[in-house]
Amino acid sequence: MANVRWGRLGMHAVLALGALVVILPVVWIAFAAFKTQIALLRGDLVFTPYLGNFEELLFSKASDYPANFLSSAWVASVSTAMVLLIATLAAYSMYRLRWPSWVPALVLMGSLVFHMIPPITLVGPWYVMFRSIGWDSTYTALVLTHVALNLPIGIAVMSVFVRDIPIEIEESARLDGSSTPQMLWHIVFPLVRPGLAATGILVFVFSWNEFAVALNLTSRQTATVPVAIAKFAQEYEIKNGVMAAGALLSIIPAVLLLLFAQRHIVKGLTAGTGK
Amino acid sequence: MRGTADRASAKAADRWRFYTLAPALAVYLLLALLPIVNLATMSVHDIHWQQGAARWTLVGMKHYAELPRDVLVRAGLANTALFALIAVTAEMLIGFALALFVSRIAVGRVLYRTIFLLPILLPGIVIGAIWKLMYNPDFGVINQLLHLLGLPGFDWLGSGSLAFLSVIIVDVWHWTPFVFLLLLAGLETLPQDIHEAAMLDGASAWQELRDVTIPMMVPILVMTLAFRLIVSFKVFDEVYLLTGGGPGTATEVLSFTIYRRFFTEDRMGYGSAISVIALFLLTLVIVLFMGMARRRMHAH
Repeated sequence: MANVRWGRLGMHAVLALGALVVILPVVWIAFAAFKTQIALLRGDLVFTPYLGNFEELLFSKASDYPANFLSSAWVASVSTAMVLLIATLAAYSMYRLRWPSWVPALVLMGSLVFHMIPPITLVGPWYVMFRSIGWDSTYTALVLTHVALNLPIGIAVMSVFVRDIPIEIEESARLDGSSTPQMLWHIVFPLVRPGLAATGILVFVFSWNEFAVALNLTSRQTATVPVAIAKFAQEYEIKNGVMAAGALLSIIPAVLLLLFAQRHIVKGLTAGTGK
Repeated sequence: MRGTADRASAKAADRWRFYTLAPALAVYLLLALLPIVNLATMSVHDIHWQQGAARWTLVGMKHYAELPRDVLVRAGLANTALFALIAVTAEMLIGFALALFVSRIAVGRVLYRTIFLLPILLPGIVIGAIWKLMYNPDFGVINQLLHLLGLPGFDWLGSGSLAFLSVIIVDVWHWTPFVFLLLLAGLETLPQDIHEAAMLDGASAWQELRDVTIPMMVPILVMTLAFRLIVSFKVFDEVYLLTGGGPGTATEVLSFTIYRRFFTEDRMGYGSAISVIALFLLTLVIVLFMGMARRRMHAH
């Protein structure tokens, strides 16, 4: 039994170490955001909090960061709403509307393969396509690509939840004469609300974080937060504090969702990979 | 009367069956399939912009003939393969150990799981920014820690093989939590009584792991491994921010080569040819894994 106790202690030690490795970099960047350039360069552990980095990021004329933040919020919200709608309809269609079995099989297989493709291989043709119709550097183009990138995970997660709707509820609604749109509105969407939450959170975060497409499909006016942070790293090589402040602000949505919606996130991530 | 009403509603049902699936199909056709077909077409053309319109000149297989001599493509291919192999192996080992430990402890499960979820939710670019500051040879926290211990610091991103290793470390930090989460979910579905019975029979923790837990986890382990290997081809954000493929070609990965050739150098036809090859290789890997998975299923 002593053995078991030591084993337990060892496991906790390893896990605590792992947790530290995960948390410390984030804490360090948070500290860096509140340091003056000098304090950062000296590597001070004790320092007086300094808000200059945030002032420069948010209020200086040269900074586009507030606009970038709004761009990100807009693109992530609209693309998430579209993914939720399209994915739920598709999942319902595939599992409840009696397609021949190869149809859902083909859609799911296509989804999975598409999900594995590196986005950068598609950015090229997307760019040429959108620029040819005059949509380059528009929100519309970026939103559409984010819908495409996140639809596979949306369909995968929503399928799990749609299949859980008791078939009896649907049958009795059909007998009462409900049409498909009524069924969707009154039964399907309300019953898959936990699925919508799980999918919505993930898709929002993934869209918020997306970089490779946003880098090439946006202009200064439509750039999102990751593009802005990458710019800090390159153009203002010395403004490390400002970059840290930008990075810190950009992870607020993810951290809030992690603290308040952890259960949904776990459900979405594990359902999305076919468990 | 009833017959017509039934037929009408059956027709309506047919229509709705199509309407509900059509948006998803439209997205896949227009934004996935069409671009892939376009990619193939673009790869045999030279493309230039003139007054907002693309001008295509057919050049045949010229771009493909150039590929084998391209230093970046060769480095990108080799580095991507090596990167995937090393990073994913490390992620699987660490992720499995952490998942196993979390599944065996009584208190703190939710806390650990919450903490370990964090990297999955952070933007790749932010992860790059964080580590770029931490790796900084002058004021980065990593060298500071080494100095504290009386050890010399390193130029983590500045010299060839060390830069490659540094990028791998960042990828392991980013993606081990994902492996952890999938494997933990898998461990939690295993029947608990078998584990307990083995322990009561006096099996050591190690024996139990080797003879009971790991054999039962094999399907999930293989699936997670395949998924991570394939998805690791996507690595781009961190490389973009940390090293830009350098120094030299030390951290050049294929995604980055495509970006460089297509966008930075504005060689859209040639960049497309690299993309086509990348997709072809990826398809090979996917087919290989699916074949293995099918054989396993038949064996059982």
